[in-house]
Amino acid sequence: MLKTAQHRPRSVLLWTCVALLGAAGWGMVALARGEEISAVWLVIAALGSYAIAYRFYSRFIARRVLKLNDRRATPAERLEDGVDYQPTDRRILLGHHFAAIAGAGPLVGPVLAAQMGYLPGTIWIVVGVIFAGAVQDMVVLFLSMRRDGKSLGQMAREEIGKVGGAAALIAVFAIMIILLAVLALVVVNALAHSPWGTFSVAMTIPIAIFMGFYLRIVRPGRVTETSLIGVALLLLAIVGGGWVDNSPALASAFTWSPTTLVLCLAGYGFVASVLPVWMLLAPRDYLSTFMKVGTIALLAIGVLVAAPALKAEAITDFASSGAGPVFAGSLFPFLFITIACGALSGFHALVASGTTPKLIQKESQVRMIGYGAMLMESFVAVMALIAAAVLDPGLYYAMNAPAGLLGGTAESAAQAVANLGFSITPGELVAAAKAVEEQTLIARSGGAPTLAVGMSEIFSGVFGGAGMKAFWYHFAIMFEALFILTTVDAGTRVGRFMLQDMLGNIWKPIGRVNWKPGIWITSALVVAAWGYFLYAGATDPLGGINQLFPLFGIANQLLAAVALTVCTTVLVKSGRIRWAWVTGVPLVWVVAVTFTAGWQKIFSADPRVGFFAQRAKYADGIDSGTVLAPAKSMDDMHTVVTNSTVDGVLIALFLLLVATVIANATVVCVRSLRSPEPLPTTEAPYVESRIDATLPEPGRELAGTRE
Amino acid sequence: MRSAALRRILRQLHWYIREFTGEAEYDRYRARLTDGPPPTRREYERMRARHREDQAHNRCC
Repeated sequence: MLKTAQHRPRSVLLWTCVALLGAAGWGMVALARGEEISAVWLVIAALGSYAIAYRFYSRFIARRVLKLNDRRATPAERLEDGVDYQPTDRRILLGHHFAAIAGAGPLVGPVLAAQMGYLPGTIWIVVGVIFAGAVQDMVVLFLSMRRDGKSLGQMAREEIGKVGGAAALIAVFAIMIILLAVLALVVVNALAHSPWGTFSVAMTIPIAIFMGFYLRIVRPGRVTETSLIGVALLLLAIVGGGWVDNSPALASAFTWSPTTLVLCLAGYGFVASVLPVWMLLAPRDYLSTFMKVGTIALLAIGVLVAAPALKAEAITDFASSGAGPVFAGSLFPFLFITIACGALSGFHALVASGTTPKLIQKESQVRMIGYGAMLMESFVAVMALIAAAVLDPGLYYAMNAPAGLLGGTAESAAQAVANLGFSITPGELVAAAKAVEEQTLIARSGGAPTLAVGMSEIFSGVFGGAGMKAFWYHFAIMFEALFILTTVDAGTRVGRFMLQDMLGNIWKPIGRVNWKPGIWITSALVVAAWGYFLYAGATDPLGGINQLFPLFGIANQLLAAVALTVCTTVLVKSGRIRWAWVTGVPLVWVVAVTFTAGWQKIFSADPRVGFFAQRAKYADGIDSGTVLAPAKSMDDMHTVVTNSTVDGVLIALFLLLVATVIANATVVCVRSLRSPEPLPTTEAPYVESRIDATLPEPGRELAGTRE
Repeated sequence: MRSAALRRILRQLHWYIREFTGEAEYDRYRARLTDGPPPTRREYERMRARHREDQAHNRCC
């Protein structure tokens, strides 16, 4: 009989203590009313829950549901070619997988969701990751591993059918375009009219190119050395940004409008996706990864050492009224689409069905890599929420409400914040901007500047004091922009490959990966697609983040719905109906969330929520010749009408595509349950593993096991 | 005693970084080659870069 935890008193004692500690954390977070509590309690509640979930729930999924079998050879072992397929040490692969899934998403969403208070966001991040996000990542990784590393789109086509597969493929592409546009919009909002930020982020491009040539010509393969030089140059670029900011001539040269930044980003996206990978993309990726790991570690240390008090309310009135200025709509469903990455992110399904499954050494490692990496990302989201919640609520709303509501001056913003029920004086607003050496902090929506102010607050409490606030603020901005630009250039390339693949069916030459005109045309199309939404967002009179972030959240969660549909279908087809609830329950939840949110965005009669109600309101205004605030001119009115029409139609299209996938999958599941014979699946046949993970064979080396 | 532990930690860190960055792959590749002269580091890195050109690596948001 197996020795399980129940039979070992020490283990029982340990896990009881973890459970009690986690429960104490939750108790403090949930029950404290009217007094500020320390952020450490939030960290304890989250870590305690992750530990219990990993120890018990992920083990249950691994053993009972997926039946991971270490005697079965993984594709990395069977198809080993030393390049794409290669058994890799699990600790290294965990690092790679985490670096691939974690980006700006878990940092931005929680900051915006803080308008409903820190409690709902924290509960969703922790409960969501345990029962939905980490489960999705782990099961998709498993399915792709059992299919030699096939992509989510391929698995949908093969396991669900042609119609569902085609709908999934188009949905993935369309959703990715929106994702890239909104992420780029976060950068635009962070850099607009900020010479310091613009200079230091712009410098990342020559730094990456320098690193690319250094690695190619001077020191081939010396990635660590090159990255360290890159990070040093990056820090210099941040300090240099301060000099630029202090020089009137240079400051005006780097003070760019949102429209200029949009053009620069689109140009950058195009060039980055057609240049050889070694020149720009690969070195940026190294730089971004180094910064990512370093900054997240710093933030964790900062939160634990500074132990800041949470100034935000646990639950604000906006949670029930739905009248929040940052994004409209009530807690259900909008909190659950605003926080996607960190709780449940469909985009991860694309990463988990890409490179990682081809490198897994042993099946049981799916648990640590799939489930574990997602728990780590969730922890990043909790820290981002903390960074937003340590800010004074008055400052939070002055930064995150749309410009149209706040007006352009400190006085008008202070008045608008007072109307929302919070307080900040004009003097405090000016002082807060001065402390981080920005011209203004008013209406700096998008999440990045707020997070940066929160991080500078935490970091300066631990390293360097108040004098370092401006440095830490720009450090945080640079680090977020670096993440996002890496996602934008990598995403543009991935989008190009997908488009080439799709168009190649119609016209062969464009599908060829090495035909230059094909590369240019498809890259330009992908950039034009996200560039359009980026431009629309940057110039939207109602505030681009306010308008587009729900679209981004719905899109990302719909992708999760597609992934969970594939997972549930395969569980049913493979005779595991008994355990289909493991992915079925999160699927039902995410469908309820996305379809309710989508329905409201399309049909709500409230013009702040429903795109078509908004369209009708502004179209009526145009007909009667009235300019409705926050629009300032008839041109603005027309812009609102166009944007709300496009956004509404797009959401309807997304819902239709995903409904097609789910309908097709339901048919397959019913057919499978009725069929006396199991339906065919595309799982690779069983081959006995020859690798002993604990005792490597003499003469055989696993990637990452050399000392 | 303490310095031995420190050395072990540093060694493990060095190992992790070399593996994480892919720097160790060249040595492994050379060790696996059974026939013909191994490529130089520069040739090997160019080969890897060419291969990466056709690969799409998704980075999440």
